[in-house]
Amino acid sequence: MRDFAQLFASLDETNKTNAKINVLKDYFISVPAEDKIHTLALFTGRKPKRQINATLVKTWAIELANIPQWLFEESYQVVGDLGETIALLLPDGESTHGKSLAEFIREMNDLNTLTENEKKIWLIDSWTSMTRQERFVFNKILTGSFRVGVSQSLIVKALSEISGLNPAVITHRIMGNWDPATFSFHDLLQEEDGSDDASRPYPFCLAYAIQETSDKSKSAEEIAQDLGDTIEWQAEWKWDGIRAQVIHRKGEIFIWTRGEELATEKFPELHDFILSLPDGTVLDGEAICFAENKPLPFNVLQTRIGRKNLSKKILAESPMAFIAYDCLEFAGDDIRSMPFKHRRSVLEKLHQINPHQDTFQLSAIVQFDTWQELFDLRLQSRENHAEGFMLKKLDSIYQTGRKRGDWWKWKVDPLSVDAVMIYAQKGHGRRADLYTDYTFAVWDGDKLVPFAKAYSGLTDKEIKQVDYFVKRNTLEKFGPVRTVKPELVFEIGFEGINRSTRHKSGIALRFPRILRWRQDKKIEEADTLETLRAML
Amino acid sequence: MGKPLLQFNDCGIYCAAGNFYIDPWKPVDDAVITHAHSDHARWGNKRYLAHHLSREVLKYRLGTDIQLQTVEYGERIQKNGVTISFHPAGHIIGSAQVRVEHKGEVWVVSGDYKLEDDGLSTPFEPVKCHTFISECTFGMPVYKWKDPSLVHQDINDWWRLNASEGRATVIAGYSLGKAQRIMHHLDLSIGNIFLHGVIANTHEALERNGIKLPAATRITPEVSKDEFKTGIIICPPSALGSPWIKRFQPFAFGYCSGWMALRGAKRRMAADRGFVLSDHADWDGLIKAIDATGCECVCLTHGYTASFSRYLSERGYNAHEAHTYYGGDEATEEDELPVEVLNEQGGVIGGTSNESEEVL
Repeated sequence: MRDFAQLFASLDETNKTNAKINVLKDYFISVPAEDKIHTLALFTGRKPKRQINATLVKTWAIELANIPQWLFEESYQVVGDLGETIALLLPDGESTHGKSLAEFIREMNDLNTLTENEKKIWLIDSWTSMTRQERFVFNKILTGSFRVGVSQSLIVKALSEISGLNPAVITHRIMGNWDPATFSFHDLLQEEDGSDDASRPYPFCLAYAIQETSDKSKSAEEIAQDLGDTIEWQAEWKWDGIRAQVIHRKGEIFIWTRGEELATEKFPELHDFILSLPDGTVLDGEAICFAENKPLPFNVLQTRIGRKNLSKKILAESPMAFIAYDCLEFAGDDIRSMPFKHRRSVLEKLHQINPHQDTFQLSAIVQFDTWQELFDLRLQSRENHAEGFMLKKLDSIYQTGRKRGDWWKWKVDPLSVDAVMIYAQKGHGRRADLYTDYTFAVWDGDKLVPFAKAYSGLTDKEIKQVDYFVKRNTLEKFGPVRTVKPELVFEIGFEGINRSTRHKSGIALRFPRILRWRQDKKIEEADTLETLRAML
Repeated sequence: MGKPLLQFNDCGIYCAAGNFYIDPWKPVDDAVITHAHSDHARWGNKRYLAHHLSREVLKYRLGTDIQLQTVEYGERIQKNGVTISFHPAGHIIGSAQVRVEHKGEVWVVSGDYKLEDDGLSTPFEPVKCHTFISECTFGMPVYKWKDPSLVHQDINDWWRLNASEGRATVIAGYSLGKAQRIMHHLDLSIGNIFLHGVIANTHEALERNGIKLPAATRITPEVSKDEFKTGIIICPPSALGSPWIKRFQPFAFGYCSGWMALRGAKRRMAADRGFVLSDHADWDGLIKAIDATGCECVCLTHGYTASFSRYLSERGYNAHEAHTYYGGDEATEEDELPVEVLNEQGGVIGGTSNESEEVL
């Protein structure tokens, strides 16, 4: 555990990519094999199951820290991270446990056989045998909130430098359904892929936005300059569903989401069509609610994704389909390095022979001869229930991760209104102890009605200015939330708007964020609820 | 009971019986200054009373023509029957707690303070009083400082590593106090010290005041770039992200502040290294200092005033929050005034400030 805590501290101690890679390499070379694979599991989001709930962890920490509960809660508000708060509040300790990361994780996994009191003894013993830095990392693992400050691509790069394997190969091998207790680090870095994991998905090919923000709208001419001849490109609508890979291998089926979550059970409607695909097929596409030959808004899908049990009612109200746009594996062969045009024809054949045409949809190709034509069509995205276009180069391979050049997303400009900030709350992590989470309101008669929360879109400097304003213009405090004097106006952008019975304003926004701070506007000039309703 | 000996009014902490202010934020006739930081020692007062060791810095910051009287720690000054005396606060060189006594009643204004001996400032001494007006910049239990000698060792180790790899070491801390404290503990066998202009100005002012500080070079365009590679550059936090800092490339950047105790704050600064080194008392230090005064009543001027006063009340103190302009309320950079938010007429939204920190 000492090595792992030190690794974490060392990664924290530099902002330079190369230095971080060196730290990772040194670590992976020096620790025991068991710790290597557990570290890799943690760094790729494979957390041990949480065995003690956060309330108990908190209660026992408060006891050991010997402070009132309210002071613990307020400390948490300041720190913005539970694991770190506990690590800071407990009395100072020395590292006396002598256990490795793997041993601690094994103990955590075995906690479910213990009584509550035994768990408490284990936790307090563990805490008191650790330094503050070890405790922090330990708490993060224990509470299932472990996240690292390094991207997966950096870890892949370090492993690639150690093994001499191509980064794309490693990215692929560390995907899927593996368990650090059985997966071998040694095999992972072998020349030949030794895995027989039928569920393993491919790394998703991701697109960059061709216009970075809505401020920098691009004309058809500019797009033409960036992308060249239209003949080399294919355009498809960009759907607002859940990006997913469907797999049929060795008689089994798997559905993976873009967040590397195995979601096979969440979409039972899709099982039949996947089973009808020839064995050894992997498709990339969008899982989306779909009825009467058209996609339904995202909020319909939202009502079912969080649920454990899919009732008949839910299934009836939110029918699923899969809009397929690529084929990555055919007849058991990885075909990602074939040109897109070829993969598309394979996909079309698979679609043609599939008996489940209702749930297996093919992403339609949008016909266009000039970029201007496409530009005009894009303005109709919302009527077509799409977010804009995906532009894909016909001769491109299926890339690993986000690469510039072959795939682009060209989104429609967001909808927007001017709104008044009325509540503020402190953020977490990098934004801890700063007021960064705001609630915005529009006018309904002479009242301001809250309609959206937004966290992002301001620069660090603007955040500091708004924080300064909030601290000096607080009208009331409700726990962590401050009501502030209505004075600051912001332009709020969003991708879609729907009716909602759960919100006071009667509307719910899709992906709201701050587009800009309107320092030139007075609160009287903010928009009204009427304006928003007119967008429904 | 009559009027309290000290009150908070529009201009600052006011003593009606003696007709003077302590650390006023608006111009007044008589200002008693705890220490020379810009949120405590402001421009525009008619007469200033401060400690000897604040003299040159005050003149440098507020103008050589200010009317300034200086005193020694423990010396007693009478103003309309009120006795004023200065007592070491340990915050920075020349910092003091101001003790005010009238008709047997004693109040102490802490200014800013820390309990550890930093090797430069006269160490903190508790002063018995009935009412203690205290800061609580770090008045949350998550703030607990480790032994500063370990932090200085970390800084030297980091500098040594950078120098051995041919990389300049840039370290930020505010110009009066932190910069000198960092410098004082550097291992000069590693390399030379270079100072940002603002820090060099303060450095020279302190030397005029008779303070002995390590030899350091002011950074000017004439200093050869090669010299920076094994050197340490001390700059104010405001230099981060400015074009000025680019000349040191390649360099590693470290930030010295109590706020670095939290990962979020460190990540916000985008520093390579955050050194937890503060000139304010931590949680345990605040409680120890308050207990040592033997006071009944505590007024908290800046920092986590709401939480800390609640905690002290639960421990049996008569504790209150006071609204002041010190530290910029939960300030993030100790010596810097927060940025102003201007409305369309050019007025300052939400509070005023009449002074800005010198830049570059």
